Amino acid sequence: MIWRFGLFDGTFEPLASTHWALVAALGLPLLLGMLAARLPPRQAWPVLLASVPVLASGLMLLSAYDQAGPLRWQWDIAGIQLSLRLNGLSVLMLLMTQVIGVAAALYTPGYLRLSEPGPLSRWLWPLMGVVLSTLSLIWLATDLLTLYAALELMGLAAVGMLMLSAKASALVAGMRYLLLALVGSLTYLLGVALILGHWGRLDLPGLAEVVEPGPVAWFAAALIGAGLALKAALFPLHAWLTPVHESAWTPVSALHAALVVKASLFILLQLWSILLPDAFYAPRVIAWLGMLAIVWGGLLAWRTDSLKTLVASSTVAQLGYLMVVFPLLLGPDVAPLSRALAWDGFWLQLIGHAFAKAAMFMAAGNLMLATGESTLKGVAGTSRRMPLSLLVLGVAAVTLMGLPPSAGFTAKWLLLDAMVRSQQWWAIAALLIGSLLTAAYVFRLFRYSFYESAPHHHYQPLAPGMDLIALTLALAAFALGLLAHFPLTLLHGGGA
Amino acid sequence: MNAAWLPLTTLLTSLLAAVVIFTLPENARRLRTSANLLAAVGKIILVGLMAVRVSAGHEDTFSFQIVGNVDFVLRADALGVMFAGLSSLLWLCTTVYAIGYLEGSANRKRFFGFFSLCVASTLGIALAGNLFTFLIFYEMLTLSTYPLVVHAGTQKALDAGRIYLRYTLSAGVVLLLGAVLLYALTGEHSFSSEAGLGNYLADHRGLLLLIFALLVGGLAVKAAMVPLHGWLPRAMVAPAPVSALLHAVAVVKAGAFGILRVIYDLYGIELSVELGVTTALAVMASITIIYGSLRALAQQELKPRLAFSTISQVSYVVLGVSLFGPFGTIGALAHLLHQGLMKVTLFFCAGNYAEELGVHRIDEMDGAGRRMPLTSLAFTIGALGMIGLPPLAGFITKWYLGVGAVQAQMYWVVAVLVASSSLNAMYFLPILHRLWFRTGPAHGQGQWPKEQRLGRLETHGWLLWPMVFTALASLGAGLLAGLPFSPLDWASRVAYGEYLP
Repeated sequence: MIWRFGLFDGTFEPLASTHWALVAALGLPLLLGMLAARLPPRQAWPVLLASVPVLASGLMLLSAYDQAGPLRWQWDIAGIQLSLRLNGLSVLMLLMTQVIGVAAALYTPGYLRLSEPGPLSRWLWPLMGVVLSTLSLIWLATDLLTLYAALELMGLAAVGMLMLSAKASALVAGMRYLLLALVGSLTYLLGVALILGHWGRLDLPGLAEVVEPGPVAWFAAALIGAGLALKAALFPLHAWLTPVHESAWTPVSALHAALVVKASLFILLQLWSILLPDAFYAPRVIAWLGMLAIVWGGLLAWRTDSLKTLVASSTVAQLGYLMVVFPLLLGPDVAPLSRALAWDGFWLQLIGHAFAKAAMFMAAGNLMLATGESTLKGVAGTSRRMPLSLLVLGVAAVTLMGLPPSAGFTAKWLLLDAMVRSQQWWAIAALLIGSLLTAAYVFRLFRYSFYESAPHHHYQPLAPGMDLIALTLALAAFALGLLAHFPLTLLHGGGA
Repeated sequence: MNAAWLPLTTLLTSLLAAVVIFTLPENARRLRTSANLLAAVGKIILVGLMAVRVSAGHEDTFSFQIVGNVDFVLRADALGVMFAGLSSLLWLCTTVYAIGYLEGSANRKRFFGFFSLCVASTLGIALAGNLFTFLIFYEMLTLSTYPLVVHAGTQKALDAGRIYLRYTLSAGVVLLLGAVLLYALTGEHSFSSEAGLGNYLADHRGLLLLIFALLVGGLAVKAAMVPLHGWLPRAMVAPAPVSALLHAVAVVKAGAFGILRVIYDLYGIELSVELGVTTALAVMASITIIYGSLRALAQQELKPRLAFSTISQVSYVVLGVSLFGPFGTIGALAHLLHQGLMKVTLFFCAGNYAEELGVHRIDEMDGAGRRMPLTSLAFTIGALGMIGLPPLAGFITKWYLGVGAVQAQMYWVVAVLVASSSLNAMYFLPILHRLWFRTGPAHGQGQWPKEQRLGRLETHGWLLWPMVFTALASLGAGLLAGLPFSPLDWASRVAYGEYLP
């Protein structure tokens, strides 16, 4: 299982231009964020201009990977060996991060102009840069220390971003998030300390060779797992998520739900496949919790009256889909074909959800900005006035419901196929019930939007492009369904 | 020579029409109408081209890989082209009708956009070359019809939409499970493969039965088979063109067509008989036929009566499929087309009565034949066809079904056919009597509920001519059944392709 993360191969020396692409991918978001704090952009076009080199660096890394296979960088700093690796999975995650990051950045100027955010708004840019840079680092890092540092930095920046709106509720929710994130980091750090004390090394490839199952590995895995689950808002440690999103700015929510929580999940899966390669119970516990997450998140989203809570709660349920796959990825006695299908389905679901959720937050944000309402009833009748925002919401929702032809559907198909082959009937039931629950809360929202007898609000016009950015993301999630072949080919190249 | 572009372009015409309509502003009525009609006519030409190619022995296929063992396949085979022809022809009629019907009302952009999407999905269902592709368009159909059902935006419409989704989305989940089980068992399985699933019979009999139950159970919801029919009468709140399209072609026929595909192209008819599922299906279909007719008899309003009649009539298709033998198959396939033509005519008529005279209830229809002769004539043709009077289209299918039942030695099916025909007569003839032989407002007694003078003729031309056309077509389908490219001829071609390798 661990070979799929591509930790062992690729001693190949990258070309000089690839080095620059790496530096750009890791550093540019941070640098541009700093620059934007100094000169906050008021229009979308400077952001567009600035994002060209970022995207170019991602594409260059993609082509380098395409030509040369997995790449590896190594440095010796004061006796500690640091290394980064780039395999198919990292490329995929990196591209996802950059595209969604750029979309959120492009969305931001228009949003800030319309919502009169106050003096703190310029600090959004550097924080966004930090989040994107550290995310890129997380996809590439191969040792526990780098991972820890990046995770910590990303968490702090995320807290900062979420609190920027400076409402009282945002501060309370943000402080709680900060506290929990710190607890999570601390737990994670304890696990790392345990590993360092026992095996004396922190690099993942080395650890994968020396770790043997036993109480130490289990204990370390439990600590790391708990810490990361808290950060990833995995059920039942998800309670902080909704209040945080409730009062955050739209682009921040989009980035956070689409990418930040996924990073912790990525690390969790990577570390557990080293520490618990053949554990029976641990992945099953996650899967059971995942089933509860699907049901609970769905019910929360179904019962709520607030638009943002609906979108945020749906994240809890959608993460449940990913948790349910754990026994197929980590457990013993899984046929290679099932495992391969589950692996593909897992990442496709993750990517599809990232795009769809970002689009959905933006579309919901647009609706709220235009109507000035934040409840489901507030959007009543918008199907006539704001068809495009609603269409984006619809297209994104199709992915969440896992209906064809979206990435969510293809991912669900792969996961179901894997589960049928390994006869995990409970997981199948959870997935199918989850789809129905998702449909229930999504169409509850649409039902309101079709009301013809609704009172007419005063509608604030949106900045140009705000709907189009969201639409692009939603369509990307859509297109990944039928064109899943391309990302999955990248994934397969990872360990070959 | 494989013309892969042909099925793809045919599909893209209506998808493109949907995109164009969504990007046009709400009040660009002219442009929208032109885009609609252009796409509809273009699609008929393309489907005609496909029909010519199929009869010349080509099977144009477009495919690409999605993941591992799953492909996206569009294939123009005889059965698919038949359904595609029906849907594209009726799309043109319904579009023309809808333009007239929605004149001056709100949200027309949304309506026509989703209308085009709906037709694109129907076409995708027709041309889908394997179960996965079928599933994609089947679910797309569910999603694109929802906004049409709730179009009015009233509480009643929204409730109907909720019920509709409850039924269809649950069915979609069941269907998905069946499809995944089948793929896990057999791998990629194209509709065009000759093998059938006979090889798996020895080891996996139970699983094959389960998969069949899941697939057909999922499809039966859209085909509105009892007891899964609850959504259909409620969906009657939709505007008349939607009822016409939903009931005549899109949703119910998609379900029936899916059952055809499962039995003929996935399981193979021999295997289905061997498993004993056809008998079960015949019983279910018979129950639906009788129950639907009985409920139709009890309705006091025109549209619900037509809706229950649909429930009954669509199951003729399923009944024909489950009779082993070429005649049953021909009857089933021909009925798919004939019922589409006749039902769309009847719904157009119902819409015209409602628009022009405000008539919704059957007891308000007295003497309407004098006020709206063409509409009433069309209604008469449709109704008599439904009853199965020779030489109308409905007679031909009932005849073939009856012969098929005798050949399959299922004599009780003949009794069902006779009973159903008498029930059809019992609920249609009183309406015809009211139309032509009673005196009403047109004779100076009382008033129409809400009369409008919409056009120079008996009603608006856009409402009138599509209806006249479909009425003539259903007349012609019966009278000219012997000619090449008539529905019966095409159905026989498909059936013999199935039975004579």
